[in-house]
Amino acid sequence: MKPRTRWEAVCTVEDLVPESGIAVWTEEGPVAVFYLPHRLPALFAISHTDPFSGSNVLARGITGDLKGEPVVASPLYKQHFSLRTGVCLEDDTVRVKTYPVLLDGNQIRLEVRANQRESVAA
Amino acid sequence: MSKKTLIVIGNGMVGHHFLEQFCASPAAAEFEIIVFGEEKQLAYDRVHLSEYFGGSTHEDLAMGTLEWYTEQGIQLHLNEQVTGIDRENRTLETPRGSYRYDELVLATGSYPFVPPIQGNDRPHCLVYRTLDDLDAIRTSSEGARSGVVVGGGLLGLEAANALKSLGLEAHVVEFAPRLMPVQLDSDGGALLRHKIEELGVQVHTEKATTAITEGEDARLRMNFSDQSFLETDLIVFSAGIRPQDALARASGLDIGERGGIVIDNHCTTSDPHVHAIGECALWEQKIFGLVAPGYTMARTLAAALNGDRETAFTGADMSTKLKLLGVDVGSIGDAHAQTPGARNIRFNDEQAGHYRRMVISEDGKTLLGAILVGDNSHYDTLLQYALNGITLPENPETLILPESEGGAPALGPDALPETASICSCHNVTKGDICGAIDAGCGDLGSVKAETKASTGCGGCTALLKNVVDSELEKRGVEVSKDLCEHFPYSRQELFHLVKVNGIRTFRTLISQHGKGHGCDICKPAVASILATCWNEHILATDHVPLQDTNDTFMANMQKNGTYSIVPRIPGGEITPDKLIVLGEVAKEYDLYTKITGGQRVDLFGATLSQLPEIWEKLIAAGFETGHAYGKSLRTVKSCVGSTWCRYGVQDSVGMAIRLEDRYKGLRAPHKVKMAVSGCTRECAEAQSKDFGVIATENGWNLYVCGNGGMRPRHADLFATDLSDEELIRTIDRVVMFYVRTADRLQRTSVWMENLEGGLEYLKQVVLEDSLGIGAELEEHMEGIVGTYQCEWKTAVEDPEKRKRFREFVNAPSQSDPVQEWTVERGQRRPVLESA
Ligand SMILES: Cc1cc2nc3c(=O)[nH]c(=O)nc-3n(C[C@H](O)[C@H](O)[C@H](O)COP(=O)(O)OP(=O)(O)OC[C@H]3O[C@@H](n4cnc5c(N)ncnc54)[C@H](O)[C@@H]3O)c2cc1C
Ligand code: HEM
Ligand code: SF4
Ligand code: SF4
Ligand code: FES
Repeated sequence: MKPRTRWEAVCTVEDLVPESGIAVWTEEGPVAVFYLPHRLPALFAISHTDPFSGSNVLARGITGDLKGEPVVASPLYKQHFSLRTGVCLEDDTVRVKTYPVLLDGNQIRLEVRANQRESVAA
Repeated sequence: MSKKTLIVIGNGMVGHHFLEQFCASPAAAEFEIIVFGEEKQLAYDRVHLSEYFGGSTHEDLAMGTLEWYTEQGIQLHLNEQVTGIDRENRTLETPRGSYRYDELVLATGSYPFVPPIQGNDRPHCLVYRTLDDLDAIRTSSEGARSGVVVGGGLLGLEAANALKSLGLEAHVVEFAPRLMPVQLDSDGGALLRHKIEELGVQVHTEKATTAITEGEDARLRMNFSDQSFLETDLIVFSAGIRPQDALARASGLDIGERGGIVIDNHCTTSDPHVHAIGECALWEQKIFGLVAPGYTMARTLAAALNGDRETAFTGADMSTKLKLLGVDVGSIGDAHAQTPGARNIRFNDEQAGHYRRMVISEDGKTLLGAILVGDNSHYDTLLQYALNGITLPENPETLILPESEGGAPALGPDALPETASICSCHNVTKGDICGAIDAGCGDLGSVKAETKASTGCGGCTALLKNVVDSELEKRGVEVSKDLCEHFPYSRQELFHLVKVNGIRTFRTLISQHGKGHGCDICKPAVASILATCWNEHILATDHVPLQDTNDTFMANMQKNGTYSIVPRIPGGEITPDKLIVLGEVAKEYDLYTKITGGQRVDLFGATLSQLPEIWEKLIAAGFETGHAYGKSLRTVKSCVGSTWCRYGVQDSVGMAIRLEDRYKGLRAPHKVKMAVSGCTRECAEAQSKDFGVIATENGWNLYVCGNGGMRPRHADLFATDLSDEELIRTIDRVVMFYVRTADRLQRTSVWMENLEGGLEYLKQVVLEDSLGIGAELEEHMEGIVGTYQCEWKTAVEDPEKRKRFREFVNAPSQSDPVQEWTVERGQRRPVLESA
């Protein structure tokens, strides 16, 4: 059975930077939210942690597309991560977590795992 | 007519290569093909087996795909060992059945030799040849502390590296007095040993193991003939390989005295319907333990089965080049000087850890062999001399001397004959490459696809690229200068498009002249072009997402995601008051403080959200941004000059400050550094800079396009005895010409080297205005000077721009949990993971 999740409100549309990313703090830790207004879907969310350095920096990378795949380049060592799947294009054994993301009115929400206590209580 | 049956025993590297060759030939249509492989997996790249421990999977290493086998109609029986051959009835047996053949190919490879030592069959005594072997080693390494490799040859050292990568303390036990006795001499072996021991692998030579018994402190104990012993948790035997000839032997085929299935020049055994290729085959009493000769046999046999009796196997070059535990080792041809009359030239630099030996013929004209340890950069050139019998230069020692002592430059691709072998794995000559290019291959990728060159061991990659580039150039083909997949233009062409069409945003440029959405190559390059042309703030909404790592937050990102801050200190001149402010700010934010190589101060460890606050304080004290993050002017270094120095003839500090104030903020294809010295003693080291200025009695000498860094280049003297105004006008022109015409990330030094006509041409353009653009260049520069703004000042004053400097937009008080700190020499620094 799927673990219990919830749609956490993380920021508003005004916080987003077009064609770029911002970082938010969630119950699961730091997540990078990207807004690519010229694509459909336009919102992507992946872990903010760069797996190659362990540092929380992915939201600060340059976005773009490689062979049509939407990607962000790590600002530290420049590996590319697919914004759809989280897979690293240079080394497909490495993958960062992706999060379902939706626009709810003016709120950006991420589907994150509900923490233990809350779900038991619910 | 019903088809004949061809059976291949062994689905290893050579067996697979044979199938590729044979299936592409006309005769394939006449045969039903059946393949038996004892291993569970489809043929894989054994040469790169060790990468399995580095994270590669069987899929990564696989040589073909199941789909390919299906498409070719090959019946593949994996995990099925052939147990017997009946040559009279032309059948063979496996545990699952019996099969008839018309032609039989043995490609059974070899097996690791395990010396007959008592106890060699204990648990945790392993070998290193197959994926299953590696799985067994990995399993055994769990809970183990140390491992021993028996055998200090090529494979043994590779196995030792694998043990190390599994976190074990690694030992190598070798019977001979030195490592790699087959390929190296005693000096080379000694140097290799030294280097390998430095890497933490313990080497024990001249040790003969007599028995393996139970250990006291570890799982096993190895007892040596000299009464000493070594305890270890696992043992990997790598004491050589033996041809896998058991089937052939049992069926009565001719076998060599020391093993190996005897074959003729067409790879046929003593039975005309049975053939053998690869490591199981013995040709003229020789076994070939490398993949390239095996491939040659595979091609020879495929030809023979098509009725081609011209193609013959005539032996193979056994030269090898490898990196063992990160140490370069190369061995070419007659490395041990066994040819009568052969002479040696040795070069041994113990300081640098480089050993090179050339073996040359009695008349000194040809290279017979060579040994290299510590540095393989001479390998390609030496191999070409040896393989192609190219006449050696008059002083052959220049080939292995370091260049500073008069060493000869590497053999250029033009000097190679058509017959020169470029890729020995796939037997591709320079002629083949030229042929492929003439047949329409227009780039490296298609030449690779067409000829397969460089798709084997990969050792020939650099040489292949050189040959292809040089041949393409000769044919007038332009080597693609496209910026990336989004723009079919070079940086220079894009610059032109932006300037002429007055394009001001990336979006407009890509929708009119490119495709897709851009990437981390084209976005920063275009950002730089837009900045040079229009000089808008780099954090203007349209430009924000284009900026590279450091530009986008106007600070230098460090490895833990924090930033360093470098305020401008023009000419390295700073008042005590300002110095105190730097100290106070650093103290308040606990910033690690270091003096840079460019005569300024770097403050490390600021978080994203601290950046605007810190800059507010610095700006209030009169500092401005130092652009240490930008591809732009960094610093103008200076000596103290005539104001104080006894020798100075001009005010170098004054000129440095003037230059720094003029060119600061100019966005360029790469960073630009300058320096000014007050007399010819050159204390500011100006000749290692992009623009170096040296004072003379009469004014200034200007040097251009120097470089420090990875590939230093001495700057060229460009103009002499210039007045202040002449100096600035000249630099204006050179800088702008560089900014307009250079490639992305091309420093002035490389730009100059690639500029057609070189220094002379640049002098004509700048000093004689041969293109008539002098005034335009100066005007452009003047415009940039006029629109300069301190980017940080604008940013801290604009609440919208400041919004971006939030670490987590929804949690301002949340600190980044991965940034951990410790204190060293009185200052805070990041905790390193692998300390
Ligand atoms: C770790 C390592 C590193 C190496 N590095 C290099 C290098 O850098 N350069 C280089 O040139 N070479 C290198 N080699 C050697 C290279 O891998 C071999 O030369 C090459 O694999 C030989 O190919 P082959 O097809 O003859 O034998 P193999 O690849 O061994 O294939 C033989 C296959 O036949 C199967 N077989 C045997 N008997 C039977 C039977 N009765 N029934 C069914 N199947 C059977 C075996 O299981 C095996 O799969 C290296 C080898 C190893 C192990
Ligand atoms: C009516 C029956 C079930 C109910 C009410 C139920 C309820 C739950 C709940 C509430 C959770 C989330 C716990 C948390 O978030 O901490 C959970 C997780 C889980 N359930 Fe169930 N479950 C049921 C049946 C099953 C069955 C039949 C299986 C297996 C066959 C299963 C396998 C799991 C697993 C593996 C998880 C953990 C997922 C993870 O943490 O990644 N559940 N279940
Ligand atoms: S370069 Fe000349 S003027 Fe400058 S410090 Fe050295 S000696 Fe003095
Ligand atoms: S030399 Fe290397 S380690 Fe030192 S600052 Fe430059 S890049 Fe970093
Ligand atoms: S020499 Fe091995 S790939 Fe070319």
